[in-house]
Amino acid sequence: MKITVNVNGQDYERDVEPRLLLVHFLRDELDLTGTHWGCDTSNCGVCAVWLDGVPVKSCTVLAVMANDRFVRTVEDLERDGELDPVQQGFVECHGLQCGFCTPGMLMTARWLLDRDPDPSDEEIREAISGQLCRCTGYENIVRSVRWAAEHPSTPAVLHPSDAPGAPDVPEVPA
Amino acid sequence: MTIAGSNGACGFGPMKRKEDARFIRGRGTYVDDVKRPGMLHGAVLHSPHAHARIVSIDTGAAEAHPKVKAVITGETLARMGLAWMPTMSSDVQAVLATDKVRFQGQEVAFVVAEDRYSARDALELIDVDYDPLPVVVDARRALDPDAPVIRDDVEGRTDNHIFDWEAGDEARTDEVFAAADVVVSQDMIYPRVHPAPLETCGMVAEMDKVTGKLTVWTTSQAPHAHRTMYALVAGLPEHKIRVISPDIGGGFGNKVGLYPGYICAIVGSIVTGRPVKWMEDRSENLMTTSFARDYHMSGSIAATRDGEILGIRVKTLADHGAFNGSAQPTKYPAGFFHVFTGSYDLKAAHCAVTGVYTNKAPGGVAYSCSFRITEAVYLVERLVDMLAAELGADPAELRLKNLLRAGQFPYTSVTGWEYDSGDYARTLRVALDMAGYDDLRKEQAERRRRGELMGIGISFFTEAVGAGPRKHMDILGLGMADGAELRVHPTGKAVLRISVQTQGQGHETTFAQIVSQELGIPADDVEVVHGDTDLTPFGLGTYGSRSTPVSGAATAVVTRKVRERARLVAGAMLEADPADLEWEPGRWYVRGDRSSGVTIQEIAMASHGDVELPEGVEGHLDATTVYNPPNLTYPYGAYVCVVDVDPGTGKVTVRRFIAVDDCGVRINPMIVEGQIHGGLADGIGMALMELMAFDEVGNHLGASFMDYLLPTSMECPSWELGETVTPSPHHPLGAKGVGESATVGSPPALVNAVVDALSPYGIRHAEMPLTPASVWRTIQGRPFRPDLAIT
Repeated sequence: MKITVNVNGQDYERDVEPRLLLVHFLRDELDLTGTHWGCDTSNCGVCAVWLDGVPVKSCTVLAVMANDRFVRTVEDLERDGELDPVQQGFVECHGLQCGFCTPGMLMTARWLLDRDPDPSDEEIREAISGQLCRCTGYENIVRSVRWAAEHPSTPAVLHPSDAPGAPDVPEVPA
Repeated sequence: MTIAGSNGACGFGPMKRKEDARFIRGRGTYVDDVKRPGMLHGAVLHSPHAHARIVSIDTGAAEAHPKVKAVITGETLARMGLAWMPTMSSDVQAVLATDKVRFQGQEVAFVVAEDRYSARDALELIDVDYDPLPVVVDARRALDPDAPVIRDDVEGRTDNHIFDWEAGDEARTDEVFAAADVVVSQDMIYPRVHPAPLETCGMVAEMDKVTGKLTVWTTSQAPHAHRTMYALVAGLPEHKIRVISPDIGGGFGNKVGLYPGYICAIVGSIVTGRPVKWMEDRSENLMTTSFARDYHMSGSIAATRDGEILGIRVKTLADHGAFNGSAQPTKYPAGFFHVFTGSYDLKAAHCAVTGVYTNKAPGGVAYSCSFRITEAVYLVERLVDMLAAELGADPAELRLKNLLRAGQFPYTSVTGWEYDSGDYARTLRVALDMAGYDDLRKEQAERRRRGELMGIGISFFTEAVGAGPRKHMDILGLGMADGAELRVHPTGKAVLRISVQTQGQGHETTFAQIVSQELGIPADDVEVVHGDTDLTPFGLGTYGSRSTPVSGAATAVVTRKVRERARLVAGAMLEADPADLEWEPGRWYVRGDRSSGVTIQEIAMASHGDVELPEGVEGHLDATTVYNPPNLTYPYGAYVCVVDVDPGTGKVTVRRFIAVDDCGVRINPMIVEGQIHGGLADGIGMALMELMAFDEVGNHLGASFMDYLLPTSMECPSWELGETVTPSPHHPLGAKGVGESATVGSPPALVNAVVDALSPYGIRHAEMPLTPASVWRTIQGRPFRPDLAIT
């Protein structure tokens, strides 16, 4: 099937098998290997990316389902050499060790802070509760997101998914 | 916004990690990120049966698949002499099954195709005719006379017995038990669990037929050991094998062993002449790669009536699965289990361990277990709590009464370990103070009056890590010493090459800090090279919390060698006798004249330049070393856990977890705390959630993350950490290992807390995992009687 997917602000046209998973489309077709593959059952969340502004687990989304839609991955968090505060927060608070869950955690953290710039620890824990980390015991991830909340950057450049005509973003993930 | 690095900082301290810069950008390079020109993809066909004879394998349809390049079976491998490979425990393991399959998920065939989806399609086209055989999955039935013989590949084998092993003095222990006032006994199971790193195991294998060089990018915690094993397994010349272990997405012992998929990927590359990638999916990882624990323990503790612990004895049945593939020093088939006397001064102790085969996956030493110390600590800490219940003593007081005293170190245990240093009571008191132990007991009493279930659990553990002295410890005959090599460039920037391999422990930062501390140059000026056998000196790798105890020591030693060489060059530069020079971080100067010194950078340049070098100095400052540890290091800790149990649902909520660790000198306290956090979460998983269960015909009931439950942010509390510092007297930096401490120490604290909460029902022991269903079942039909409570 021919699909066009906007990934990190750029349109990609590809001819893909209907069964191709979005995570493999990103990794193998587009070489965006920051998004990882971990479990196939939506449990671990290392494959979390945004689809039309909402975190999804790309191991259980078909690439064809992303046709004509907007995908955002970890590679898009840094803009013009400026790290997103969530990236900086993970460095400051030792929110990562092996780094395998980190891209997914960062995408969920950014989504959370966009909707709630001052979440409580409990709200942060709930936001990342669909994602596993085997190294950190979560404590430093919570601290990292808090750090980012306390150090907001200047408003980010408008992302294509925020642009006029992009689909409405629901308040809570589906 | 930029990453805050060390900003020129030198030495030990909570420096931000160097490796984070790539990971937060999604720029890490894990094995599955490696792409090679012309790369093919491999997939493994697994057995649906736990025990079955293979009647026939028909690969015709798979071979006819347009995208398939090769189909490899056990028969193919047998022709190459590769159908079986040696394990790390003097056994053999089938790479691809030839005669029969011995556990569900065992590797049967390997397909190489143009892409990963086609490879898996082709697996469906392979037709295997199995003749099912009787199955034994319960270790307690493995030695029954009518149990099916799993390893009939070994001529003359008539049962499933692997080994008997014992430690301690049995007769003396019997005497102590006979004379004791109180003996408490308990059977307990440390269930089979899995390390489940979020990155599964995999490899990209590339055989260059022109040069004869094999390069593999692989998920290995021990690249050098793997290289030697490939040379031994495949008969390839070792200098033509390069093992690259790139970024690793968590190891926890899962990535120590050799797996059939690795061999298949290598053979796939040899057969096709193209690079081959093999990457497990999650089910494959959980079903086939190294599990952990599976120890059935019958333990007893003996004491006087006033609470002096006298002895411990234990009989253990060890389930090793279908092949004995646990990775541990040859001398110790039960790992370091015989450190089960724990943190106490005993008169006698004895353990007898019997290993058996079952129709389950091989493995056994994994999941941050420190070579079975996890099982040992669980045993002793449960027994001590049960003794407290029997005596009506407070479990904290009973421990304080029996812990080794500071003046007893170095202490030789009755099972032969030489504990290097400790001040145990101090550490436990810090933990009790942090927890507000007395107030917690008051609160508990009040809640019990209201019928609420609150539990307080304590554990005190001693680890033995940093394997180890090569005289006693090896993996497959390779002594557990590690090399380090330090080069100092003319401008004073340094490159450190080490044998150990980080899987998230932050070696690129910590080891740079060691060089920085010893040489007085900024940690940012030190590049740490690791994970590539062509670029680093030989060593046994990262597991068993050994990186800091062994390679950290090697790094300190090699840096001191460089420093001493710099002293000689400085003497030439300053026209002074080197014996008259004094060191301060970063420079040598003439004693009594601080203005006279030369910096390490100036010395580095001079060592490459035209200064007339003293006799015996060839030039440059570079040095190498091999560190053979004189002893293990013995980190320890005191943990206090507070739980609430819902009597209606059986759900356990961990309200608080206080962890006070003593791992000697902390090189990077931030990283040390991160290691402890992760281990505490492991404890929540093992004590409350994780279980690799099997039905009676050997079906694996935990083969995905939907069934094998791991702790999330919701189950983990906000950890409360404390520390004491008792340096190791024999480690050059005073440091001890820490990576596995919390995984080892936390499960007994959790179980002790839950049992404490349930004690008004008369409960004295409950098996892991303490899931809601299991806890609920445990208390059904039992009256709630606060007078039965332990404390």
